[in-house]
Amino acid sequence: MTPTRLAVPKTYKLYIGGAFPRSESGRTYEVAARDGSFLANAAKASRKDARDAVVAARKAQSGWAGATGYNRGQVLYRIAELLEGRRAQFVDELRRSEGLTDAQANAQVDSAIDVWVWYAGWADKYLQVAGNGNPVAGPYFNISTPEPTGVVAVIAPQESSLLGLVSVVAPALVTGNTVVVVPSEQAPLSAISLGEVLATSDVPGGVVNVLTGSPAELAPWLAAHADVNALDLTGAGDLDWVDLQITAADTLKRVLPPEPGVPAPSVDRITFFTETKTVWHPKGII
Amino acid sequence: MTMEQSAVALAPAERAVSLLGGDLTEKSLKLHLDGLSGVDAVGLEARAAGLSTRSIKTTSKAWALDKIISLIDLTTLEGADTPGKVQSLVAKAVNPDPTDQTTPRVAAVCVYGDMVPIAIQALGAHHAAGTDKGINVAAVATAFPSGRASLAVKIADTRDAVQAGADEIDMVIDRGAFLSGRFGIVFDQIVAVKDACRRVDGSYAHLKVILETGELNTYDNVRRASWLSILAGADFIKTSTGKVQPAATLPVTLLMLQVVGDWYRLTGERIGVKPAGGIRTSKDAIRYLVTVAETVGEEWLQPHLFRFGASSLLNDVLLQRQKTKSGNYSGADYVTID
Repeated sequence: MTPTRLAVPKTYKLYIGGAFPRSESGRTYEVAARDGSFLANAAKASRKDARDAVVAARKAQSGWAGATGYNRGQVLYRIAELLEGRRAQFVDELRRSEGLTDAQANAQVDSAIDVWVWYAGWADKYLQVAGNGNPVAGPYFNISTPEPTGVVAVIAPQESSLLGLVSVVAPALVTGNTVVVVPSEQAPLSAISLGEVLATSDVPGGVVNVLTGSPAELAPWLAAHADVNALDLTGAGDLDWVDLQITAADTLKRVLPPEPGVPAPSVDRITFFTETKTVWHPKGII
Repeated sequence: MTMEQSAVALAPAERAVSLLGGDLTEKSLKLHLDGLSGVDAVGLEARAAGLSTRSIKTTSKAWALDKIISLIDLTTLEGADTPGKVQSLVAKAVNPDPTDQTTPRVAAVCVYGDMVPIAIQALGAHHAAGTDKGINVAAVATAFPSGRASLAVKIADTRDAVQAGADEIDMVIDRGAFLSGRFGIVFDQIVAVKDACRRVDGSYAHLKVILETGELNTYDNVRRASWLSILAGADFIKTSTGKVQPAATLPVTLLMLQVVGDWYRLTGERIGVKPAGGIRTSKDAIRYLVTVAETVGEEWLQPHLFRFGASSLLNDVLLQRQKTKSGNYSGADYVTID
């Protein structure tokens, strides 16, 4: 007779400032598998968790933006390596929470890793593409360079829990922004596992913050938060996103409107969360 | 300590004489201070922790935030202080939140002695000059922050600041003398500095005595130093210079408030308390307000009896205040840097 062994279920918590706290409110919600069976308890973030996440993101922002593009690229690439190493866990979570077949789940993890590598490669290249030396009528160099906009709040795609998440978080990180992301409400497990990957990688704490819970509850607070610089509403199609845009306009945020499905990798997503700085510099007279 | 030293009469201080008798000596002072009961450290810390758990919400929080601002000594004590820095500090003291004119003003600005004339000039009509209407100028003196100088230098330092127009003097005690048991030296120096606080017209600049609790090592020492300072004539007892870690902590402030409460019950006289250094968030500051109200009573929550020595606290309170008014979280871009 084989001895029975007690299961050790995992507690999925938030990821804020490099740590894994429970929600300040103490709330949790049940995550169900696609067939309706119980999968796990996840923390249900409150507005105060969102506040703490923005504080952590703000604190981390200057350091992350101050790293060289080459260095950021290396750090991001390392995450792709770690994702590859944890492939089995992500495949398992996708199978259970999204009801995918083994092949489908493997395909999504493949795509997520590929997207991450693709964006990592842009870290030391977007500047050459989006920046410019401008011709001016005077003895000056006139140079425009894109700079990170700051703290980006993201409502991730709700259907594709890993690929969708990676496709919105990675492009914001490339330029030196820090991110507060609300992942898929129904399938948040991949997001927390991604947080664990980030925590053991070289990404400084606070650069990515994950708030599992209700996007409908959290989005208005993030949209109105004066210390959030941009809002990515890609996964907010089911919310009153026009209202969120109006709220965000009060503090002059950049807002990316909702998009169905998973956004394809594009340089536009990278440059959207940047501000163009133009400097004049006198030329030496030779 | 030799017998000769013990028998040396100390400078007469009204309070000490009336409590300890006319023949005040180092010995009688030491006997009194050593006779104070020991502090129950576990109990003190548990009480402070208990007071930190109070939930202060909505209207009480709004009241507390405004109260905190009105109790702040807005401070800049850096070697790199420039006249411009002091002027911008004063501008912030007068008008903490330019987007909201209902914001109260702070109680005082706290600067090094040589910056007093600049602060007074920058304050102009807003200078309270010792009254409660406007903003006072506090100066640190007596070889702040170490206090390692001869008494003559300390007195000259104090006189200089008072003559320049400082309304309040923040002096440091001689921790070296205190820790080696020479309470008489500490006592005499406070009495002498108090005397140096006298203005030409006979009035006194308010004297705050900094105990630097982070260097006193034990709660018992904090209690002794508090008693000693009060007996020597302190108007305020202040925790720290802000240059030593740990600076102000809630248990230490609670202990000092207890001494002040004891003194009030004994004599009917109210002494002020000023925690300084390390109080950076509104949440922390509210805990101090709760502690004051619960320990010595709400009547202590006014500028001439309780102050926060702080620089970055004001910005956090302003952010909280903006959140309370607008309902949305605010950010550091909406308050001034200094």
